[in-house]
Amino acid sequence: MTDSVTPPAGTAPTVVHGPKREGTPALEARGLTKHFPVGRGKVVHAVEEISIALPEATVTAVVGESGSGKSTLARLLTGLIKPTSGELLLDGKPVGTSAKALRAYTSDVHLVLQDPFSSLNSAHSVGYHIERPLKLHSDVRGAELDAKVVELLDRVSLSPGAEFAAKYPHELSGGQRQRVAIARGLAVRPRVLLADEPVSMLDVSIRLGVLNLFDGLREDERLAILYVTHDIASARYLADTIVVMYAGQVVESGPAEQITDAPQHPYTQLLLSAAPDPARDQAPELRGSGSPPSLVNPPSGCRFHPRCPFAMAVCKEQAPPSLPVGTDQVAACWLHSPEHKAEADAVSAQI
Amino acid sequence: MTSTLPTETMTGGSPATPAAPARRRRRHYPIKVQVGAGITLFFILIAIFGPELAPHSAAWVANTTNGTPQPPSGSNWLGTDNTQHDLYSALLLGARSTLLISFVAGAFATVLSVAMGVTSGYVGGVTDEVMSIITNIFLALPGLLILMVILKPLPPGDQNNSLVIGFVVALSSWAYGARALRAQTLTLRDQDYVVSARVIGERKRRIVIYEILPNLLPIVAASFIFTVIYGMGVYVALCYLGVVSPASGSWGTLLQTAQASGAIEANQWWWYLPPALCIALVGIGLALLNFGIDEIINPRIRSSRSKRRDVKFQLGLTPVVRPATSTVVEGEQL
Repeated sequence: MTDSVTPPAGTAPTVVHGPKREGTPALEARGLTKHFPVGRGKVVHAVEEISIALPEATVTAVVGESGSGKSTLARLLTGLIKPTSGELLLDGKPVGTSAKALRAYTSDVHLVLQDPFSSLNSAHSVGYHIERPLKLHSDVRGAELDAKVVELLDRVSLSPGAEFAAKYPHELSGGQRQRVAIARGLAVRPRVLLADEPVSMLDVSIRLGVLNLFDGLREDERLAILYVTHDIASARYLADTIVVMYAGQVVESGPAEQITDAPQHPYTQLLLSAAPDPARDQAPELRGSGSPPSLVNPPSGCRFHPRCPFAMAVCKEQAPPSLPVGTDQVAACWLHSPEHKAEADAVSAQI
Repeated sequence: MTSTLPTETMTGGSPATPAAPARRRRRHYPIKVQVGAGITLFFILIAIFGPELAPHSAAWVANTTNGTPQPPSGSNWLGTDNTQHDLYSALLLGARSTLLISFVAGAFATVLSVAMGVTSGYVGGVTDEVMSIITNIFLALPGLLILMVILKPLPPGDQNNSLVIGFVVALSSWAYGARALRAQTLTLRDQDYVVSARVIGERKRRIVIYEILPNLLPIVAASFIFTVIYGMGVYVALCYLGVVSPASGSWGTLLQTAQASGAIEANQWWWYLPPALCIALVGIGLALLNFGIDEIINPRIRSSRSKRRDVKFQLGLTPVVRPATSTVVEGEQL
């Protein structure tokens, strides 16, 4: 993080977000950008210049409101959609673009989708769903394959596995379906598991079980997990590192507890003030207002400035670099820039 | 039972009997489907066994001197035509070519519409553009006229070949199904289970055949039956117009000879009414069957009919999404 102090104006420093660990991360993305064309030469700036590293045996949470680009980021990491620019590195090696390389990549990186009610094909049994990745990526066949399917179902607490394997998705509850989706992801023994809001469609009572399952997988399988969510409380519960996204950009990242206890970016503060807290007796006082900006014409400078209670003159003109604000914690905000300290203090004092 | 985690999902102590052929309750289809299937089956049996059931051959004549069609009688149940052929036999003999060509046309048209519709829907891009244009052209062409142009120059051998005629009829009837299938494929393509299949590295062809096609089956089946009805209409029209005249005769040919000999003006109802009624009945039977197709093929309904009774179904019991009210998962509360 030390290299990003006082960057030269105009050149964005490459800050790699994600948990800090020794060695090569299982999956690393460098400068991922995705612009979706929407006709007449316009594009949606869904994801802008994000670098993120996912070391093994860690959980990285990506937090943000709807439309902040967090799902797009997860899909970019699976290779499902091609980035406009940027590259992916698996174990430090760039991922090839040939069909063969991409198929090999699919055995190492898996995506668990948000809605367990549509991520399983109602025409196939649970066993079929688990069997397919095994058949695609391993040589296990016959009785051994059946045993493996049962073992995987048992691992995600669907027991007896043999009975569940014969069932069809419509015979399962939402939590059970999500477990099937996770078991399918584990079948290929991936290095990286990307979970796109895996619990948001589940009943509150079931969420904890699924979150604990991820927690167990981090330890037992040494998986690098990317946990995309809009629920900052569950991110704190599960994740090592939280990455906060706003309008396609990372606004703040750092260790989960630091982010939730001492948020430095005004947007993170807004998110946290909006999170429900049963101990709070009156309605929360939201720090900031408004709604996310258009990603076709994003605001100039800092994309958060129209909603930011601390907005300064510089915020409208220049996009802030990622500035260190604590141990392994960075925030993309001019308030933390030494050059604007005086003005920042003045603005803060007014509020 | 090696769960190390708290789980909300324990089914009762039912023993592991995977896919046991347990007590199957009798299926109860709606009355419409039963009637439709009955009518269709009846006519299929007639098409198969008609030539054996017919009391007389196609060449048989009651006598060679009388030029007047005879009304139904004990010896000729449906009377005779102006050349004294037995019309009851002709009706039974004509069933085979009529139904065979309708079903062949339906099968060819379905294969064509699945190939065109699903491919253009799934692949998208330029392929989709080109295939959609072809589909639209076929949709807009006046089918009967084109068929007459195609069929006239065919050698006589081909004019009696059910496969050739069926294929040609299919050419005029696949486009509608292709449009419907393309539209449905477009929505299925972005379903999460298709995305998941891509994530685990399934090949395109496998995704189309195993993930998308099973979910299109109700539409494919419905469009098959629809094209069978349509194909029968086209074939009868072609026979009635005299474009094709199969040696074994068909219901359309009967109508054509009746029309040509002025049977309708002479009020010789036994000549033109039975084949017309048969055509209408087959059409009604297939249409009724079509209503029930979705119910039979939909896996949810299918398995709720045939599986063990102790399974608790979760039809439509979707957990409600409550995004902002999650109060669990605070570290201290655990």
